[in-house]
Amino acid sequence: MFKIISAVIGRDLKLAMRRQADIVSALFFFVIVVSLFPLGIGPEPDLLRKLAPGVLWVAALLATMLSLPRLFADDHRDGTLEQLALAPHPLGLVVTGKVIAHWLVSGLPLALIAPVLGIQFDLSADALVVLTFAILLGTPALSGIGAIGAALTLGLRGGGILLSLLVLPLYIPVLIFGAGAVDATVAGLGGEGHLSLLAALTFASLGFAPWASAAALKIALE
Amino acid sequence: MKDRFNLYRFASPATFYPLAGTLIPWFVALSVVFGLAGLWLGMLVAPTDFQQGEGYRIIFIHVPASWMSMFIYLIMAGWAAIGLAFNTRLSGMMAQALAPTGALMAFLSLWTGALWGKPMWGAWWVWDARLTSELILLFLYIGYMALTAAIDDAKRADKAGGLLLLVGVVNIPIIYFSVKWWNTLHQGSSVNLTKSSMAETMLWGMLLMAMCFWMYSIAIALMRVRTIMLERERHTDWVKAELLGKAGEGK
Repeated sequence: MFKIISAVIGRDLKLAMRRQADIVSALFFFVIVVSLFPLGIGPEPDLLRKLAPGVLWVAALLATMLSLPRLFADDHRDGTLEQLALAPHPLGLVVTGKVIAHWLVSGLPLALIAPVLGIQFDLSADALVVLTFAILLGTPALSGIGAIGAALTLGLRGGGILLSLLVLPLYIPVLIFGAGAVDATVAGLGGEGHLSLLAALTFASLGFAPWASAAALKIALE
Repeated sequence: MKDRFNLYRFASPATFYPLAGTLIPWFVALSVVFGLAGLWLGMLVAPTDFQQGEGYRIIFIHVPASWMSMFIYLIMAGWAAIGLAFNTRLSGMMAQALAPTGALMAFLSLWTGALWGKPMWGAWWVWDARLTSELILLFLYIGYMALTAAIDDAKRADKAGGLLLLVGVVNIPIIYFSVKWWNTLHQGSSVNLTKSSMAETMLWGMLLMAMCFWMYSIAIALMRVRTIMLERERHTDWVKAELLGKAGEGK
């Protein structure tokens, strides 16, 4: 079981490394969107400190979503996906591997750069630690839930916009608990409760979403 | 035994189409009767609320619409589950026929809620748990309709839409509770209409209006499902016979 998952992760990472521009552009999208907010609302530190968790999380949601259509589209185009579906291993495990690989190239870089952007918003050290941790914990759920949307919209016209319409409402709990953890830390309440719920969401979606995506892929491949 | 009544017979569009046709006038009539009774009770008989004045009467539209918006989503998800499990054609059609009504109810609920909120809370919109989750429900309806509309192959549209509905139904409690924990500030003001504080006539008016909305939704869904059937089964003999019969009557 772990062999097939790690094989898919290794393959997807190798493919991603050959096209590093894709990873970097999603990352820069995140940086640019976050940097636009201080320009739009003005540079008052108090206001920015208050807005930072929400802005960073919404930008992370959008950046994750931008990279989702490529999750299955390339494999679908060259027929690899059909071969994977025909393989003796359950398709759910293959999708699990693809989701983890997607997180490694899209979610993890966001978490690594988030503290730098947090400093721009004048967040305290505590809040920065919680923000990084929350994005680390929450982005796997984004990749998992997003995989369902990517599989459902595979090969459809207007797939990108449709994907955002399907996936963004389902992202709301992650956004609320992710931003809530940082908010609670800033307010001095401690973000442990929010972080626990975020972890619960991540484990639940990593457990269930690949199988739902696998069912959606089978529908798309029929 | 061969005459035994068999419900599964109506799982086929060819047999369900005439059944829906005969049922529609009944549901329309029931809807009108319940609606008139509910409006009479609600608008003329029910007493004026001592706190909210006449403005509270929007409850007779608002609450039934909110109920329906949630029920219809559950019913659609039920149809989706049946469709995915038993691979029946009719289930997907029913889910698609219900979706616009559900979206309409969710929109109506938000709209009347805004009209009610302005005089009572002094704001068209507050980011309260109920309002926000109703808005997300509307988004889910729109997402479902957009997805099924984007897929040309009807079979794939049904299955993909069904899967989305089931994912959405898992998410609804999560969304509801996350939103509730996120902002409980205004929660009290939206649920203080407990049954104990409500006059009996008000409650009855509301229940009658809810029945009216139920019957309306069933009638309109059956009408819509008949159109969907004709469109999807247009290559079959029974549709041709049906349409030829209609054309013959028209002459």
